[in-house]
Amino acid sequence: MSITKASTQTDIDQIASMAHGIRHRVLEHTVKNNGGYLSQACSAAEILSCLYTKLVNLAPLASPLEPRDFVNVPSKNFTEYITGAEFHGEKGPALDRLFISPAHYALVIYAALIETGRLTEKSLEKFNKDGTTVEMIGAEHSPGFETTTGSLSQALSQAGGVALARKLRGESGKTWIFMSDGEFQEGQTWEALAAISFHNLSNVRVIVDVNRNQVDGPMEKVMSIEPLTERIKSFGWDVEKIDGNDINQILAAGSTFQDKPKVILGYTDPAKGIEILKDRPDALHYVRFANPFEKIKYNNFLKAWK
Amino acid sequence: MAYEIVKRPHVENFVRWSKFKPEVVVLSADLTSSCEVGKFRDTFPERFFSFGLGEQNMLGFAGGLAREGFEPWIHTFAVFIYRRPLDQLEMSVAYPNLRVRMVGFLPGITTPGGVTHQAIDDVNVLRGIPNMTILETGDATEVESVLDVAHEVDGPVYIRMLRGEISRIFPKNEVMEFNTARILSTGTDVTVLSSGISTEEALRAIPALQEHGVSVQHLHISTLKPFTDPRVIESLKSSKYGVITMENHSVIGGLGSAVADLIAEHGIGKKLIKIGLKDTYAHGASQKYLLHKYGMSARNLIEATEKLMDKNLKISEEELSQTRVIDVHSTAKAEAL
Repeated sequence: MSITKASTQTDIDQIASMAHGIRHRVLEHTVKNNGGYLSQACSAAEILSCLYTKLVNLAPLASPLEPRDFVNVPSKNFTEYITGAEFHGEKGPALDRLFISPAHYALVIYAALIETGRLTEKSLEKFNKDGTTVEMIGAEHSPGFETTTGSLSQALSQAGGVALARKLRGESGKTWIFMSDGEFQEGQTWEALAAISFHNLSNVRVIVDVNRNQVDGPMEKVMSIEPLTERIKSFGWDVEKIDGNDINQILAAGSTFQDKPKVILGYTDPAKGIEILKDRPDALHYVRFANPFEKIKYNNFLKAWK
Repeated sequence: MAYEIVKRPHVENFVRWSKFKPEVVVLSADLTSSCEVGKFRDTFPERFFSFGLGEQNMLGFAGGLAREGFEPWIHTFAVFIYRRPLDQLEMSVAYPNLRVRMVGFLPGITTPGGVTHQAIDDVNVLRGIPNMTILETGDATEVESVLDVAHEVDGPVYIRMLRGEISRIFPKNEVMEFNTARILSTGTDVTVLSSGISTEEALRAIPALQEHGVSVQHLHISTLKPFTDPRVIESLKSSKYGVITMENHSVIGGLGSAVADLIAEHGIGKKLIKIGLKDTYAHGASQKYLLHKYGMSARNLIEATEKLMDKNLKISEEELSQTRVIDVHSTAKAEAL
């Protein structure tokens, strides 16, 4: 067990302010564009703020980067392909890596990068606009992304391969993966959990936004994944179940480790901070306003929000 | 014609080849000896990684390792590379154009393992995937030399690999070359393009055709993608009666379809007969039996030639070179499917 970094009240206040900023930016964008991945901002804002500020040891950037224009996909003939990992700073053997698994969180990831000074403020204006890398469901050229994971549950295996390579090279840096709970319905996730444990990749850290919602509605109505803690534990992992909207709990869980890979299950509120989301029927994956009145309701909420 | 039979050439060759290539690692999904890398595992255990029955995850790990500068060589049966984990192959390996080598054993009807083990549509599936290179081995020399060809490719490579007792058709020093067909005979009546084990089958029929006065241009194809070799295009143009392709694969989407594309794109205007599995699955039986049952044998090449030339060549069964029969339970076969 080791505590990597102590957190002060100032840190916690700063993280809370970032989490609010993420929600605010995503809500603003959603109102403006009549839709967006809003609930994911509500559930994951604290987790992402903690990851980008205290938990993941990324190299700092001198100043926020502009998102690149899209040029081409990777190929033998196109070697200048850029990677969204540049927003995570230079790589280094002692530094951490962060893989974003659910690419549908892209809007929220971009907002988090803006809040943490890695992406320029105006970048969200390019979201889902032709010819930019600020895509709706990010690929590995999109800010903050290093793998192409719009087909869910593929990042954990790829990050496992990266962690294995780093272990073979004797690197001390950790490999972090941010995941969504829906990905635990995919068989590949369990293959990856088994393999990471089997190959003793003890520097792997997974943090999950357990918001218990998916496209078709609440997970317990679509396909239950519980008891998640016990299931993952039985695969040989260290598992800690926490309140994923509680900054103190996230920081504590993200700083204490045994000599094995760890999953932090952050149980979150999919309407946290924007409680009017609870008025919607079971459809939180993508918020599109049903009528002009709903849009006015959200706009009024935004205007009243500090 | 009697060829030298080489027993399990990949076993020793891969160990020798990878010895001074520390970036080469092997990923296996519980078919290690079956894919002839048991010796690699025992010789370089620190470069061998077992993934159990979990190909989707294994493809992802391969992608991650390749991103970090390693060169993963996945060894498993071909069906388990392109069927179940196709999404992972595309998104975790092919899209980022990573240097992952996928060595697929038991191509086509080379196994009595039946439909679940016979990769009959792999070339069709994988040819459509951007960034993919597809290689196919036709004899022991190619099994040995395909490693260098794949190693040089900046991107993912899929190999249709042979195992067990393999004929040496091409001299050991005449190695496989990337995107370069082997011209096995020259002629002007019909052009035959064959790949993999179909080349040995074609070589049973072609001497008989030549005895009966047919002038045959015969090319062996080992690079199925890219498929831009000017030798192929010239050979298609030079045939008087037409073109025959012969492959250990479905007639849809494999060598025959690639040739059809070239004929159309270059305005060559020749008739084409595709020998292969005629849009059907096969079943579990010996290679010899399946080649006959599904119309992929030397006799079918004779018949295709007769059809193109509109002529009965009256070639007897005795005139075809001896078929090599591989005992399913021979000692050189891997112990398990």
